[in-house]
Amino acid sequence: MLLIDCPFCGKRPEVEFHCGGEAHIARPADPAQVDDAIWAEHLFVRKNPRGLHAERWRHLHGCGQWFNALRDTYTDRFVETYKAGEQPKHPLTETRA
Amino acid sequence: MRRFSLASLLKEAVDGHQGWGRQWRAPDPKPAYDVVIVGGGGHGLATAYYLATVHGITNVAVLEKGWIGGGNTGRNTTIIRSNYLYDESAHLYEHALKLWEGLSQELNYNVMFSQRGVLMLAHNAHDVQSFKRHVYANRLNGIDNEWLSAEECKAFCPPLDISPDVRYPVVGGALQRRAGTARHDAVAWGYARGADARGVDIIQNCEVTGVRRDASGAATGVETTRGFIRAGRIGVVAAGNTSRVMAMADVRMPLESYPLQALVSEPVKPVFPCVVMSNAVHAYISQSDKGELVIGAGTDQYTSYSQQGGLHITTHTLDAICEIFPQFTRMRMLRSWGGIVDVTPDRSPIIGRTPVDNLFVNCGWGTGGFKATPGSGHVFAHTLATGQPHPINAPFTLDRFRTGRLIDEAAAAAVAH
Ligand SMILES: Cc1cc2nc3c(=O)[nH]c(=O)nc-3n(C[C@H](O)[C@H](O)[C@H](O)COP(=O)(O)OP(=O)(O)OC[C@H]3O[C@@H](n4cnc5c(N)ncnc54)[C@H](O)[C@@H]3O)c2cc1C
Ligand SMILES: [Zn+2]
Repeated sequence: MLLIDCPFCGKRPEVEFHCGGEAHIARPADPAQVDDAIWAEHLFVRKNPRGLHAERWRHLHGCGQWFNALRDTYTDRFVETYKAGEQPKHPLTETRA
Repeated sequence: MRRFSLASLLKEAVDGHQGWGRQWRAPDPKPAYDVVIVGGGGHGLATAYYLATVHGITNVAVLEKGWIGGGNTGRNTTIIRSNYLYDESAHLYEHALKLWEGLSQELNYNVMFSQRGVLMLAHNAHDVQSFKRHVYANRLNGIDNEWLSAEECKAFCPPLDISPDVRYPVVGGALQRRAGTARHDAVAWGYARGADARGVDIIQNCEVTGVRRDASGAATGVETTRGFIRAGRIGVVAAGNTSRVMAMADVRMPLESYPLQALVSEPVKPVFPCVVMSNAVHAYISQSDKGELVIGAGTDQYTSYSQQGGLHITTHTLDAICEIFPQFTRMRMLRSWGGIVDVTPDRSPIIGRTPVDNLFVNCGWGTGGFKATPGSGHVFAHTLATGQPHPINAPFTLDRFRTGRLIDEAAAAAVAH
């Protein structure tokens, strides 16, 4: 089980959390202007990297807040957690070969 | 290929079983092939086999970064069934089930396909409605599936506790009698042996690290840990690693890779006659011919390539198993493990062309693709040989996420396997 550092409450066990998938996916600013391919990209296509992954978590059985995390999907280790609307401190470019 | 038969068995028995030999070669990669398959799981090996047997294309290599069948093929709980809701899925999985029914004979290799029946338990009114809808939809497609009362479920599977005061009361079930299990390793080995005998090169410990493309953007071959290999066509069949391989050709996929875990108990005498699944409580169970109870769980909630998962997931599954089958509360578990499953947004696979010429993909089988192995290989071989989909895989395009023609088995069933 993962140990997750909620930015509001501190370290808590994974069972208190709900994972919300890839973070920083922005909805198209002008929905009427984008074509189906861009909608498909927005709704369905995911980075799914082996390596660092920015993702959303919610402290469901705690403070109830959404926040973001940077986790290595190869080791399952969290690199950092940060509040919604913020960017990670760690560079996101690192992907394992 | 030396055929297995009673005569060969008797001869080897007399000779002390010294003469069996290797079942497939270990060739060095050639500089070029007509078709290169990336991924030596059941689906990749079956694709190579049908390319050779159905289409006469034998200048084929299967490249596997580890050992064949070492991915999800060798990690799954081997449930085989075809009672999917939508026509597209029903045709695809039924195509596979029909091939399973003759597979040991076709391959001259015992894949231990056992049609012991798969029983899906209903625990509440929603399950009853959903399963009955499946039963009727399946019958319209000529696929066997029948509704059983709780008492009939108990008669079919005596270890089941159907008393009304349990935490997950059984109110009925849907039974596909032609469904069952097979020996996972034997499926990979049988296809490998058959493909090798027809000239296919199976190259293990050979990881694909890049996709080379020409000025027009078309794929021309793959970079590997054993050098560059030119390819007329490339078929990516890399399950949980598909996003990574496709990224080598700059194709972004509608996939996420999740851990999925399973576990087996110590072996015991035959106690469990069929396969039982309970989607509501995320558990499924059967007994292998070795005697182990084979138990599968649901996926973990986060994406991962670690081939591990949380202990709380398997614990939750065992809670449910013990509640439904009280006689197993004192069984000891021997091993648990995880695989990485590639999940699409509509929980249906993607089999076909990609935006890159000469590059084809067969992926997105998620938590339930073992059952499809023969059918998947058969239709993907057709696609690679002709450049066009077989009618059965025509709906399973990558483009459906743009057009919106999803095959939404996820919403239909909430079924894992
Ligand atoms: C615990 C568990 C239980 C399951 N239970 C069931 C079940 O009961 N019924 C069912 O129908 N399905 C089940 N599944 C799903 C099923 O196992 C898969 O859908 C199916 O086996 C996929 O087969 P495959 O050949 O596509 O993938 P795999 O067997 O995973 O083969 C893909 C291969 O590609 C190789 N590869 C990846 N990247 C590269 C690269 N860059 N270069 C070279 N090779 C590469 C991998 O090493 C791997 O061997 C289960 C899965 C798991 C993990
Ligand atoms: Zn919190």
